Amino acid sequence: MAALEVEGLARHYGEREALSGVSLSLHEGGTLVVFGPNGAGKTTLLRVLATLLRPHAGEVRVLGSSIPNEAWAVRGRVGLLGHEPLLYRELSARENLRFHARLHGVDSTRVEELLESLNMSTRGDEPLRTLSRGMVQRVAVARAVLHDPELLLLDEPHSNLDPAAVELVAPLIGRASKRTRVICSHDPSGGLVDADLVLGLRGGRPVLLRAASEVDTAEIAELYR
Amino acid sequence: MKPTVTMRGTVGALLRKELLVELRTLESIPGMSLFAVSTFVVFHFALNRNSIEGDTAAGILWVTLLFAAILGINRLFVADAEQGGFDGFLLAPVDRSAMLIAKALTLLVYLVVLELVAVPAFALLLLAAPLGPALPHLLVTLLLGDIGVAVIGTLVAALAVQTRARDLLGPLLALPLLVPIVIGGARASAPALNVVHASGPPARWLLTLGLYDLVFGLIAYALFDFLLED
Repeated sequence: MAALEVEGLARHYGEREALSGVSLSLHEGGTLVVFGPNGAGKTTLLRVLATLLRPHAGEVRVLGSSIPNEAWAVRGRVGLLGHEPLLYRELSARENLRFHARLHGVDSTRVEELLESLNMSTRGDEPLRTLSRGMVQRVAVARAVLHDPELLLLDEPHSNLDPAAVELVAPLIGRASKRTRVICSHDPSGGLVDADLVLGLRGGRPVLLRAASEVDTAEIAELYR
Repeated sequence: MKPTVTMRGTVGALLRKELLVELRTLESIPGMSLFAVSTFVVFHFALNRNSIEGDTAAGILWVTLLFAAILGINRLFVADAEQGGFDGFLLAPVDRSAMLIAKALTLLVYLVVLELVAVPAFALLLLAAPLGPALPHLLVTLLLGDIGVAVIGTLVAALAVQTRARDLLGPLLALPLLVPIVIGGARASAPALNVVHASGPPARWLLTLGLYDLVFGLIAYALFDFLLED
């Protein structure tokens, strides 16, 4: 069964077209990696799939439910890790995660498990504003997977993370997590290793959509020229 | 999948978070309280009178509380808008009305704390009548007024925070909608603030406040989801 089915998706902000004519299908457990220069529409695509933005044209089905009409059926099954950590700076990592755990009906033992697995237990009671960006990103990863989502939407998930932290988050958001994933990336070699399907966007339009095995890094690099 | 977390649980989680953030930042309540006390000091000297009573006292009290409330209303959604709290909430399988209720309760808590500081300061600096006998009457009126301010303030703040001119738009939208509460509140509390204390608050003004709260409660409940949606 397809986890994502998109047909002719368009989305604009006022007069500006952010996405147009995007069509794709991704099977359950698969990984779609989206490449494209800044402003290509990658973040907009993630926000539409997360039900935070309405599509202005086309058909979008996420985890079998039509967006936006059945968006309520998708919420709670999607984990979004975007540029913003979606965490309150004045609250500690533990308080932030417990807050999100309550919103998702998740037991607080899961919060402790995640803090432990991300080596954040000892810093878990410090206000987020006092933590480094890398640590905040680790907490954001914990927030995104707190409710064990079926679909992960990851916008440059390794930004601000050092190599050790990348290894720490791999079981949660990497291929080993066995979740369906959509990843926005600017790293052609790393992104291709992760991908089953590759989408290249430029100016909101799809210019590349193929199986990862049929794409080489030079084609990805061409998107940015 | 329908919302899996109860409305009560969601409101509880949101309210706890709101109060925790305010406790850490102290961005709203101290500012509101300081504004109210400063305004009473200004009135004390500007009126060049040792004490006031009746309609004048009620008018000054309610207008000051209204402007102090505006400060809290303007800050109500700022942390959510700036730190992604809206998105975090919208991704959860919960009833969106929970945010309206939690935010209105948060503002209600702010107003109650504000009044715990402002009303004694008002009595000390301006009021001719003793506060004690007026207190039960005043508390009922303030509570009805606070509920209206909390509901309208939450609705307006949610609308204004989506715009670039939120600091301007919030008060511009809120003030006309809150004027009936000031009028009702002032008229209802004026008899209690006379030196010769009247029997009780005029029932028709209390009823007006109650109806206004109810109408705006229903309007806010009907509109709030749309304000959060894209």
